[in-house]
Amino acid sequence: MSTDTLLVEPSAVSPTKRIVGELLRSREIAVAVVFVLVVALTTIKSPNFLFSSDGWRDLLLTPCLLLILAVGQTAVIITRNVDLSVGSTLGLTAYFTGKLFSDHPGLPIIAVVVLGMLFGAVLGLVNGLLVAIFKVPALVITLGTLYIYRGIFLTWAGSDRINAGDMPKDFLSLGTKTVLTIPVLTIVGLVVLAAVGYYLHTARGGRELYAIGSDPDAAVLYGLKVNRRIIGAFVLSGALAGLAGVVYTARYGTVSSNAGLGMELQAVGAAVIGGVAIFGGSGTVWGAAIGAFLLVTINRALPVVGISDFWQRAVVGALILGAIVLDRVLSARQERRLVAAREETRSAR
Amino acid sequence: MPGTAPEGPALELRDVAKSFGSVVALRSGSIAVTPGSIHALVGENGAGKSTLVKIVAGVHRRDSGVFRLHGEDVDFGSTADSKAAGVAVIYQEPTLFPDLSVTENIFMGRQPVGRGRRIDRAAMYAEAERLFQGLGVHIDPRRPARGLSIADQQIIEIAKAISLDASVLIMDEPTAALSGVEVERLFAVARGLRDEGRALVFISHRFDEVFELCDTVTVMRDGDYVSTDAIAATSVDEIVSRMVGREVAELFPKSPAEIGDVVLEVEGLSSLGTFHDVSFSVRAGEIVGLAGLVGAGRSEIARAVFGVDRYDAGAVRLAGKPVAARSPRAAIRAGIAFVPEDRRKQGLVTDASVARNVAAVIRRGLTHAGVLTNRDENKAAGPWAGRLEVKTSALDMTASTMSGGNQQKVVLAKWLATEPKLLIIDEPTRGIDVGTKAEVHRLLSDLAGQGLAILMISSELPEVLGMADRVLVVCEGRITAELSRDEATPEAVMHAATATTAHAIEEEATA
Repeated sequence: MSTDTLLVEPSAVSPTKRIVGELLRSREIAVAVVFVLVVALTTIKSPNFLFSSDGWRDLLLTPCLLLILAVGQTAVIITRNVDLSVGSTLGLTAYFTGKLFSDHPGLPIIAVVVLGMLFGAVLGLVNGLLVAIFKVPALVITLGTLYIYRGIFLTWAGSDRINAGDMPKDFLSLGTKTVLTIPVLTIVGLVVLAAVGYYLHTARGGRELYAIGSDPDAAVLYGLKVNRRIIGAFVLSGALAGLAGVVYTARYGTVSSNAGLGMELQAVGAAVIGGVAIFGGSGTVWGAAIGAFLLVTINRALPVVGISDFWQRAVVGALILGAIVLDRVLSARQERRLVAAREETRSAR
Repeated sequence: MPGTAPEGPALELRDVAKSFGSVVALRSGSIAVTPGSIHALVGENGAGKSTLVKIVAGVHRRDSGVFRLHGEDVDFGSTADSKAAGVAVIYQEPTLFPDLSVTENIFMGRQPVGRGRRIDRAAMYAEAERLFQGLGVHIDPRRPARGLSIADQQIIEIAKAISLDASVLIMDEPTAALSGVEVERLFAVARGLRDEGRALVFISHRFDEVFELCDTVTVMRDGDYVSTDAIAATSVDEIVSRMVGREVAELFPKSPAEIGDVVLEVEGLSSLGTFHDVSFSVRAGEIVGLAGLVGAGRSEIARAVFGVDRYDAGAVRLAGKPVAARSPRAAIRAGIAFVPEDRRKQGLVTDASVARNVAAVIRRGLTHAGVLTNRDENKAAGPWAGRLEVKTSALDMTASTMSGGNQQKVVLAKWLATEPKLLIIDEPTRGIDVGTKAEVHRLLSDLAGQGLAILMISSELPEVLGMADRVLVVCEGRITAELSRDEATPEAVMHAATATTAHAIEEEATA
């Protein structure tokens, strides 16, 4: 009796073929195709959507806030948690940024960016500590901090608002500046994306985030530092929400008390559409980034093709539902097929 | 025997005890495993084997006793500690990360890193290939762990243990879910590891495997150490009698009842991967015991009959009428009552009052113009709770504050209020103290006397033997024996419950 009969043979295909095959079957490509289709169809209807300098800039610039938030959100969701406080963190940091400029006019821009990220990281640390120490689901903890951070923002700002006049011109020009037709803020977003994507793929810490989300109990049995990693993910999410707050200020020039309102759900939505499993363990920041581009672009494209505001929201909802249902159906079918195949090999003997 | 080996035992436990609250899981566990040997650990369900393993693995801390590794006293506070000391445990259900590749599963937390602490994936895959080659298996190192058979998952766990260079390997019922060929492969791997000088502990209920693979066997019973023998110097019968070695006490009084017509008929029930071709019947006034090892598929069969879980083929009839599949509601209407294994989770609303719990299933019949009042509930619940002697001062008491025995009675009362023809009860006395156990047994016996058909699932052999008129033994999803009250001895049930797959396949081939 050969012992080889029932085993899962290694794939005999060449590395290039394997990589191409994996790429073609990946969720990221599927979402990217939808994104290209949306852009193409809208451009046919209204060529200015893509082929004007404003159209091109908006296509790249509008998603960059959500892109940064979705990258941080992905790191958290991968660990089977969620961070609902990022919208409030963004708003609070945006106001903090404006205040820094108006109270300390001489401060260099880079210092403000770093301080903004640190501020966000502290808010993220609070989330992470609460989740890791009290073992309360992150959904509940971050729903609480969502309101608390927003409340702090409202109390601090009062009826005050930050105006463009409070900030240096160099900072505000970041919001419109481009390099080789690509907006600077988008480049910031892409750099963040690349850095986090690289970390999640190649660092031990990054892989452990996946492991924790895939099976938290197994992660404990493996002797991984589960709490430390989860806290780290929340700090990253908070720091990126802080960065998004600084970017928000540079982009819009004004900060009122509803800055970032509801952005947390868009960030979760972008990640889910991009193939980040809501139960953790799988998905990439690349997917979440494309999801963010798709979400924002669809919202902009629908009015162009003449669809009313109500349906715009419904379309976004349908996208999210579709993505989740598709995931469930596919994995359930695969699971059942694998069990059936195993039973067959068993009874064949 | 231990101590005579030149290096002394690799793993030694002596008089190790462990309690959880007032429940003693391990009274005095002892085992000594020499390097280069495969040591079998056998015992009934609840004999304390798993607790012993978990102490060695660092999951639990022992209360007292000696625990030595390679002659040195150790005390593990976490699984990371035991791993660092060179102990690897392979559980019956391996714990892998389903979303990650098998290679990542092997190396998680200690991946080879190159420059800038980047994970060196090429080196990792090469090392995994080398490990699989050494084990003589072919598994694609890049495929995700999701969808691997239990056998392949165990191979991954073993590869992990080898890459850790573990000196002590414990396998907790590794063959329970494996087929014949898979067992052969596992044994080949285990012998290879033994010949490298590692110490292996092999926990199994299958004696043919124990006798084929191991060189020494330690028997445990009720949390106590019983004996250690060289395999060559003992026999299956000797081991079985040591495992069960206690009298079936008069604790379980089943008064003879008049056996009536067939109430439940189950024919050819099959569910992919859990049970196959299960057929049996239960008559009025009869208690049928469903015996077998934990994980044999007994609860799954019961859940399928009651319509909680799906089944792929077969039929269930109650009093001659077919019962719809996948509908507990239809099963209740047909006259089936089901008391699940885990009372707190599946059988009781622990935060609600006794009356509300008892009235829960018949609520629809109690409402006045769609409105249900506490008075209605109390009125309906009173007689039932009284009949079962539930000791609660008032029906308003919440169920969570009651003892396990009383909770069980409340669940029973709830179902009896539906006036069922068949009662399915899963582990009726788990977690109940001895005195109340007898009460629950008397109650079941009375109910049978009143003409109720009872299907009782129990992992406690004495309970099955004492209570059941007929015993069905389930092994790996198949009914391997049907024994009358007179035929049902501990040995006969144990033999049928540990019947090997090979045996089952032979039967299939001849059928």
